[in-house]
Order: sequence, then structure tokens, then C-alpha cells
Amino acid sequence: MTDLLSTPEPAAGLAPASGARQVWRRLRARKSALAAAAVLGLLVLLALAAPLLAALEGQDPNTYHDALVDSARGGVPLGDFGGISAEHWLGVEPGTGRDMFVRLLYGARVSLLVALGATVVQVLIGLAVGLGAALGNRFADSALTHLTDVMVSMPLLVFAIAMVAVVPADFPRPLLLVFAIGLLAWGSTARLVRGQTLSLKKLDYVSAARLTGGSSWRVARRELLPGLAAPVITYAAILVPSNIVIESTMSFLGVGVKPPTPSWGQMLSTANTWFRADPAYVLLPASMLFVTTLAFTVLADGVRVALDPREASRLRVGRGGRESRKSRPGGTA
Amino acid sequence: MTTYFLRRALGAVAVVLVLSAVVYVTFYVAPGDPARLACGPRCNTEQIRQVREQLSLDDPLLTQYWHFLQGVFTGQDYSTGTSVLHCDAPCFGLSYQNNQLVTDMLVDRLPATASLAVGAMAVWLAVGIGTGLLSALRRGGVTERALTWLTLAGTATPVFISGVALLMLFCVYLEWLPFPSYVPLTQDPEQWAWNMLLPWLALGLLESAKYARLTRSSLLETLAEDHIRTFRAYGVRERSLVARHALRGALAPVIALTAADFGSIFGGAMVTEVTFGLPGIGQLLVNATQKIDLPVVVAVVVITGTAVVIANIVADVLYAVADRRVALR
Amino acid sequence: MTAGTEPLVSVTDLSVAFPTGDGVVRAVDGLSFTLARGGALGIVGESGSGKSTAAYALLGLHRDTGAEVSGSVTVAGHDVLAAGDAELRALRGGVAAMVFQDPLSSLDPYQAIGDQIAEVYRTHRKDASRRAARERATEVLDRVGIPDAARRARSRPHEFSGGMRQRALIAMALACEPRLLVADEPTTALDVTVQAQILDLLRDLREETGTGLILVTHDLGVAAGTVDELLVMKDGRAVEHAPVRTVLDTPRETYTRDLLAAVPRLNVRRKVVAKRPVPSVEGAVEGSAEGAADTGVLLEAEGLTRTFGRGRKAVTAVEEVSLTVRAGETIGVVGESGSGKTTLGRMLVRLLEPTGGALRYRGRDIGGLKERELRAFRSELQMVFQDPVSSLNPRRSVGESIADPLRAAGRLGDAEIVARVRELLERVGLDPGAYHRYPHEFSGGQRQRVGIARALAPEPRLIVCDEPVSALDVTTQAQVVRLLGEIQRDLGVALVFIAHDLAVVRQVSDRLVVMKGGRIVEEGAADTLYERPGHPYTQGLLAAVPRLEKAEAAA
Repeated sequence: MTDLLSTPEPAAGLAPASGARQVWRRLRARKSALAAAAVLGLLVLLALAAPLLAALEGQDPNTYHDALVDSARGGVPLGDFGGISAEHWLGVEPGTGRDMFVRLLYGARVSLLVALGATVVQVLIGLAVGLGAALGNRFADSALTHLTDVMVSMPLLVFAIAMVAVVPADFPRPLLLVFAIGLLAWGSTARLVRGQTLSLKKLDYVSAARLTGGSSWRVARRELLPGLAAPVITYAAILVPSNIVIESTMSFLGVGVKPPTPSWGQMLSTANTWFRADPAYVLLPASMLFVTTLAFTVLADGVRVALDPREASRLRVGRGGRESRKSRPGGTA
Repeated sequence: MTTYFLRRALGAVAVVLVLSAVVYVTFYVAPGDPARLACGPRCNTEQIRQVREQLSLDDPLLTQYWHFLQGVFTGQDYSTGTSVLHCDAPCFGLSYQNNQLVTDMLVDRLPATASLAVGAMAVWLAVGIGTGLLSALRRGGVTERALTWLTLAGTATPVFISGVALLMLFCVYLEWLPFPSYVPLTQDPEQWAWNMLLPWLALGLLESAKYARLTRSSLLETLAEDHIRTFRAYGVRERSLVARHALRGALAPVIALTAADFGSIFGGAMVTEVTFGLPGIGQLLVNATQKIDLPVVVAVVVITGTAVVIANIVADVLYAVADRRVALR
Repeated sequence: MTAGTEPLVSVTDLSVAFPTGDGVVRAVDGLSFTLARGGALGIVGESGSGKSTAAYALLGLHRDTGAEVSGSVTVAGHDVLAAGDAELRALRGGVAAMVFQDPLSSLDPYQAIGDQIAEVYRTHRKDASRRAARERATEVLDRVGIPDAARRARSRPHEFSGGMRQRALIAMALACEPRLLVADEPTTALDVTVQAQILDLLRDLREETGTGLILVTHDLGVAAGTVDELLVMKDGRAVEHAPVRTVLDTPRETYTRDLLAAVPRLNVRRKVVAKRPVPSVEGAVEGSAEGAADTGVLLEAEGLTRTFGRGRKAVTAVEEVSLTVRAGETIGVVGESGSGKTTLGRMLVRLLEPTGGALRYRGRDIGGLKERELRAFRSELQMVFQDPVSSLNPRRSVGESIADPLRAAGRLGDAEIVARVRELLERVGLDPGAYHRYPHEFSGGQRQRVGIARALAPEPRLIVCDEPVSALDVTTQAQVVRLLGEIQRDLGVALVFIAHDLAVVRQVSDRLVVMKGGRIVEEGAADTLYERPGHPYTQGLLAAVPRLEKAEAAA
């Protein structure tokens, strides 16, 4: 996702498109982003209301219904489409007969919680390391930048899996996943923060703020941090879907959340066994996962475009000329 | 140039050493008791004590790490009760599971991972760069919109979903392909290729989405540069503009990403290997993690880290060669 | 296509509009003009006048950009707007060739300059062999004055200096012997001495090849000595179009007159107005050297040096510069790019730490102070920055930006601060009600005024102005310079005025410092230095400034 990382510098002579209102207007103009936001809103609502909806259906995520699966055929649910019925709106799990609807909803809770929690950890570490590198002395910068480089290049999944192997089994798994992902995958955020801070630091208004005689912290808080908000939010929006994929992947591999806690990835880990006999069992969590990550990705893409004035005017920059930019004087000794 | 390589090589060695130390310490010192893990659940305290001795777990940490490094660089001898097992360098110890040499296990698993890596990379480079170029050059049309959506969907899909989807489509409904089972290349090249086809597509097509996005944005950025405008203003055809003046600079980041990805794929494309039951390094790691087979986990992590560090140096060099504005520093 | 009396370029009722998110912007609006064969026309105007947009239309460069173009454009018999793709490609570079503004970014960084020119040649001469194309490239490079052209043709752009790159771009334009050269601000990115050489080259080429020239520039001085006719543009329309001397000597339109009046001149002495008595430097800082108050010395640099980077890559931007600023005086610092003048300015207000030498403010060495220790001095040493875009935080209202130093000092209450900011806004010629507006609502000149108000807020004793007007249009330039002069006179604050433009500096300075390569080459009273420059470098610098007046140009 390197292309999502390039931080646009404001074009010379153009007023930087800022202001939350402008961004909102551009975001609203993208129908796909709006649709994605609507889907995600619905999903979050469903996840929040999971206990309520479960009560409405009259089921819970962990009760076995042996009577609803055909033990003679290895536990395939009785009935069509994975055993859909008035009691079990989306059918039951093969083998155990647990209610699919409720398990999918609780799965959404796990996915969203882990992904958002990990994003928070990533952003906090990324901000701390990135700011430390950009504002610290030469030694701090070089040490932190090297650390960041190493973190960025290391394959996340290998390390996250290894981390799960050493932590005691009684440590709560969702929390472990939050930290495994958060502590390992902050590198690109730190890189972004450092780059953005360095380019902000060069701007004259930051120099002007230093000349006011205010403390360094005052300058950082008033002039630097607000400039970081937009790129960091964009980047966080990109991190969420990738964190969802990592969580579900780890659960799929059997090193994520532990049964009986439901997770979409975990449901899919037995997909190979079931997709012939009970395709519904594979399709349901797969489509939930796909729709969720796609919606997050589309929304993140929309946010990125809305925040990037260069992207918005790309068509005009494209071919041939446009009104020449203001003359660039030579005196930059 | 020489100083550059020297500096990078030293840096790489330092990174690998630090990495291995961190991994070693967290794994052998942190929570669980390696002796208990190595010995298995049915061991009594006396047996555990013997294992501790055998693995020198009571030595100071630094000594243990030193022994580990010695093993990696010079090899080591292990006594397995009656006989002595010699473990050649690079030696990563014995698996807790079956007392096999970890190095041998890795070597056994390498062909499957390498088969997957090379084939999938061919797919993602061809499809990714092709799609990226096409969508950058057909801007504003239906093609671009369709490709944009495809790549977005691609980046949002985990491999196990695309893998299962391909399996269901080709093996169950269409019945065009048998359910893949790994056949070594040396045994039967044709069967090897047929059985690898789905894993290649599953991994390659998804990765290609990332490459398509990168290629597209990089080419668009290059095409917006002033020097492209110059040649456009001198009547040079759009085709030769792209071929002569834009492509080289635009592909530099793509080449760099390829090299870096190639490094990390040797840690195993775990998900693809597990989904398709390929006996590769990734599958080994997943199994080892579930069974807390620490020597195997440490070995895979250290080897992957090394591969990635080397691949990144290669990536930087390739980038600088392709984009001559970038100096090697 | 009857050759003969037909003009080379004929533009009728040309309009170019760009659709943007906020409606359609009409960059060119009903423009008409003609250019005779071999003639030279200067299109002048301020930024946003549509001059470059009009020039781009001559080569059909707006095609496929989403711009709406109407009217008619004929170049050497080709109807540019109606031409097919093949005809347009043949026209571009073959009949009319463009010379772009920024010579570094306008060349392919990966390829040898000779190869790039050869490629253009082969695009238009299909039957030419590679070898012939390479020879042609060497030939044109030689013609534009690249020494050792055969060897230098193999260099890539970054191995050339700015002036050489501009020559190479002109060589590329010449490669296919076009009948028209369109030069878009060809010298704007260059230093004044190099600019003079490039303009000479363009004049020579015209004489030699008889090609027509359209020169787009914001600088009337550049146009004056190079073209026969002037077309003055404003807001996409032609204001005045006449022979160059007519426009310069007897301008008809008010706008043209304003434009001419605003051009800074070298031969105008600074009006010396009786200054208010310089405020005495009382209550000098603790530990100040005795005598500092008596002589009125405010800031003293001694052997000031600044090196960037370390080891073999170290670059010394400022070397052993000694300079004294007295209370209430104005010192002009001039130099070309790379002369170290900006680095010097930033050291004087201690935005940069000197790596060598001493910097004494009212007797106390502040050169090595830490950020925390500097805070006591910050309010007395202020700066006005060059770039009107980046010098104001886009997320904060201009009033808050100006209030910043007052709030940081913490001496005044909220109501007093607001009152003071309104007063300052009025002082710099802005509406006091602008307090709550944001930077993007202001023009470049207005933003510089805000920057000046911010610098004035803490009542400093010294303001360093780093190229405060170089990013502004000429009419705005004159206004901002006048404002700075007034403030200096009224408040008795000392100014260090940094600029690359000698004429601008002359209007405000008492004393002048000329810098080159990080060192001071000449220093003296402004009038003396302009009338009798001592150092050859200063002489060259003065001679290279383009002039509007005939008498001066001849001199």
C-alpha cells in the first residue's frame, strides 16, 4: 500500500485546501464513500445490538443444537441453506448446531473491537515515534528512523503469530491480538508522522511561531499537531480494514481468538471441510468479512481523496498546460 | 558505492543480531517454561529437570544466546540419551515435537514455499503492472472505473477467501481441476504446475491489486511532471511519451516493492499454504505455533528477518538504479 | 496557405475557460492579436492575467485538459483549434516551439540532454538517422552557447547549471527550425546576470534565423529590450497592444501606467525623509558591553559562519560575515541565489544557530543561546518571510496569527489583544474587521501585510525582511515596499531588507551589503554603491538589470 502513503506536499502557489467543511463537501460528493459509510454504520449498529438481536431471535452464540445437524453425514445441518428456519434465521453451524446469525453478529464485535483497538495502539505509537524522530536531536532521529525501517520491513504475520506463541494461554486473546497487531504494525504510521512533521517544520509559519517567544511545546501544539490531524486520520482509516484482515487471518490460522468466542476468520478455518456439504457456512462469514473490509477500504479511499487537494484537481494537471504557477523567485540561499 | 554496501551490510548484520537476540530472549525467557514444553505434558519434575540440563536452560541468558549463535554459525552436538546427534551449521536446534533437526525440517519445506513464491510473483507482476498501466492510460473511461473497483476489492480480500472461492469454483462446481495436493517439481513437473495453479492465482491475483494501485499512482504522478509536458509540447506521441519518459521512473517503486515482498514471502505465505495444504515454511510455522515448538518458531522468525533485511538492500539498490535521481546514501 | 503577407500568428476572439469545483474560471476572455512573420511580441501581465494560458493555446496545449477553448488560433496557416492530432503534433515543435519556465523540471532527468533534443528532431524529421539527429543536437547546443557541445550533449540535466539548462531548452526549441518561438517566463527562475545572457541569446537568434517570438513575462524590463510589440493583459483581456516604445513612453491605459509606475528603478534615489529621533536604547540588557547604547548599535555580527551538513558533504552557506545594524536604520542585503543571504537573515533573528563567529544583540552574545534562553529576546527580533502562502497557518484566522506573540507574552488581557490586533491590521492597510478571516481568503500582497502586522505586534527593534516582495506582482510589490518604508520611518524600527532585486532594495535602504558565495563582497552607503560600484561583481550585477528606459538601455 505504498501508494497510499505518499504524503502530498501543498503545491506551490496554491492555497492548501484545508478546512473540515471543504473535506466534508468533497467526501459527500463521492457516492461510493457514502454508501460504504452507510454499510459500516449499519454493521456497527448490528454489532452493538448483538445481545439485543440475539434475545429477539431467542438464541445465544454458544448453545449446541445436536438435533439440528445430521450426525450420520458428519454433522451437516438439516434443512436447506445450512438449516435456515424461523428459530435460526441464518441456519446453524455444521457439527455443533450453534446459531449462525448470533455467531456472525458476535463475530462482528470481535472483528471491529480488535481492529479499532489495534488502530488506536498503532496511531499512538506511530505518533510518539514519528514526532520523537522529527523533533528530537540527530541521534534520536537516526535511532528511531532505523527502528521504524526495521518494523516496516518485517513481515507482520510471522511476528504476530510468534508473539501469540510466547504469551501465556490465559491472557485474554482479543486483547492479545490488539497488542500483537498494534505493537508490530506501527512502522508506516510513524514514517508518515515523521515525514509530515518534517515538512511542516520547514514552513515559515512555524518559524514565525518560534519568533513569538512561546515555549517549544506551545509551538508544537498550536502549529504542528493540527497539521498532522488530516494525514493521520486518513492513514488510520486505511489501517482499520487491514487490521480486520489480520485479525481474521490469525483466527483462520488458529492463532487468533480462541473458541468458543466466535470470529469470522475462525469460522472460515474449517471452510475446506465444509464447502462441499454446507456452502452456506462458508459463504456467510466470507461475505460478511468481504463486505466489511471492502466498505472500510472504499471509505478510506474516499477520505484520502477528499483530504488530498492534488488528487481532486488531478484531471486538470493531466495533459498539457494550465495557467502557469506564480513565478518562483531564485533567492533561496 | 563500496562504502555504501559496506555500511548497509554492517547495518544488516546488526539488525539481524539484535532481532535474533530479542526473539531468543522473549521466547526462551518469557512466560512458559521451555523445558516443560520440550518435554511434553506427561513429564514429571525429574524428567523436566533432565531436560533443563540437556538444554542448558540454567545457564546465564547471555551464555545461552551465545550457544544459540554458536550453533547457527558453527553447528552443535546434541545428546539424545544414547547417541549423539551432530547438527551442522546453520543449526537451529531440535524440534520439541519430534526431536528432528529444525534445519532439516526447513530444508524439507523450502521447495513448496519457493514454488508458491515464484509462481505467484509472476502472476502478480504481470497482472498488477498490466492492470496499473492500463487504468492509468485509460483515464476517465469505463475501463478505469472497472479496474479501480477490482483493485479495491482485491486489496480488501484476505487470501483465504479468494482461495476458498477459487476452490469452490474450479474444484467443486466446474470440476476443471482436482483438489490441489502438492507434487514436487522434481517428481512430476506437469502435475506440479497443475496443482500449484490455484495457489498461484489465489495469492498472485490478490497481491496484484496492491501492485496495480502502486503502478497506477506512480505512473500518473510521473505523467504529471513538467518534463512530460515538454515532450507533449514537442509533438511526441503519447505512446512514446509513456515508453521513453514515464515508464522507467514510474516503475522504480514497483521494482523496489517486488524485491521487498520477495524477501518476506520466504517467511512463508502462511495463509495460502494452509488454505491449499501446501507443505511450506508458513504451514510449518503455524503448526509450530499451535504446538509451541519454540526452536522452529525462532528459526523461522530469524530466517525470515534475515531474508527481509537482505531483500531490502536489494530493493534500495534496484530503486536507485531505476530512478537515477535517488542517490544511495 | 498563401504565404506572403499573411501574419505568422493570428488569434481571434480566443477564450479559454477551466471548469473547477467552484464554477468556471475564464482565464482568457475574448483575446485577439496578430504577429507578423519574424516579429516579436511580448505578452505581459500580472499573475492570473491569462498570459501563459493564451500562449499555451498557440500550440493547442489545452487539448484534452478539460479546458473549454473557443475562438480561432492560426499559426503559420495551421488552424490550431481545428487541427487533427497528427497535424497538431507536426505543428508542436516543428512550426512553433515552446520554451518553458522551469528548466530543471522541464527536461527528462534520466536522459542525456543531447538524446532528448535528438528525439524531438526525429519526431519531426522521420527520415533522419540517429546519427544525423545526434549531430543536429550538438549543432543546436553549440549554437546556444554550450561550450564543448559534443561532450556536454551526453550530460544529464542535473549536471548542468540553471542557465545552461535554459540554453538547452532553447536549443531543443531550435532543433527543427520552427517559425515561431513561444517562451513562457524563460528567465524567471534565473539570476539576473544569467537572465541578461539568455535575453541576449534570444535577440541574437531572432536576428539570425528570422523566427517569430512570443515572450510571455511578468517583467516589463525583460520584455522592453527583447521584443518589438507589447500586449498588456489583465484578467484575460488585452488592455493595450502597441509597439514597445509607445507603450513604455506614452501608455494610453491607466492600468499600463500603474504597471509602469510600479516597476522599481535603479536610478531613483531614496527619498530621505526627516526621521523621527531614533529611540534611545535604554535599559540595555544585563551584562551589555559598555558603549553599545551610545553608538546605537543594535545587532552586531562578527565573523558569522554557518555550515550545513558534516564531513565531506559540508556546505558553508555563510562564511565570516561581519555586519553592524544600528537602531532605526535600513540595511539592504542583495545577492543572487546561493549567496547565503537568507541563511544570514535567519541567523540574525536566531532561527538558525551560527556554527561560527559571534552575534551580539545590544552587547550580549546571543549566537549560542538555547531556545529557552532566547525566549526573552524573541519579541525584539522579528522576521517577515518570503512566501506568502507558507508564512501563515492556514488553519488559524489572521487575527489569531497576529495575536500570537501578544498571547505568548501574556502581558495583555484578551480585550486589549484584540484591540491591538485591529490597530495593527489598520496600520498595515487592512480592514480591522478581517480579524476572523482565514489566510486563503487573502491575496498574496494582503497576506504579506498580515505577516508584517504579526512582526510588528511585539514592538520589535529589528525586523529582518527575507525577500518580502519577490513572490508578489509588480504593483503589489510597490505597495508593500512603500508600507515597509513608512513603518520604518514612523516607528524607527531597524530593517534588514534581503532581496535579489537590486532596484527593490534601492528604494528602501540606507546602507547596502552585496553578498556572493556566502561572503560580503561590497558594503557601503546605498547611493554611493549604486552610482559608483567598486567591486566588479556589483558592477556586473547592476549592468545586468533590465531597464525600461531607452537612454539607460543604451548606456
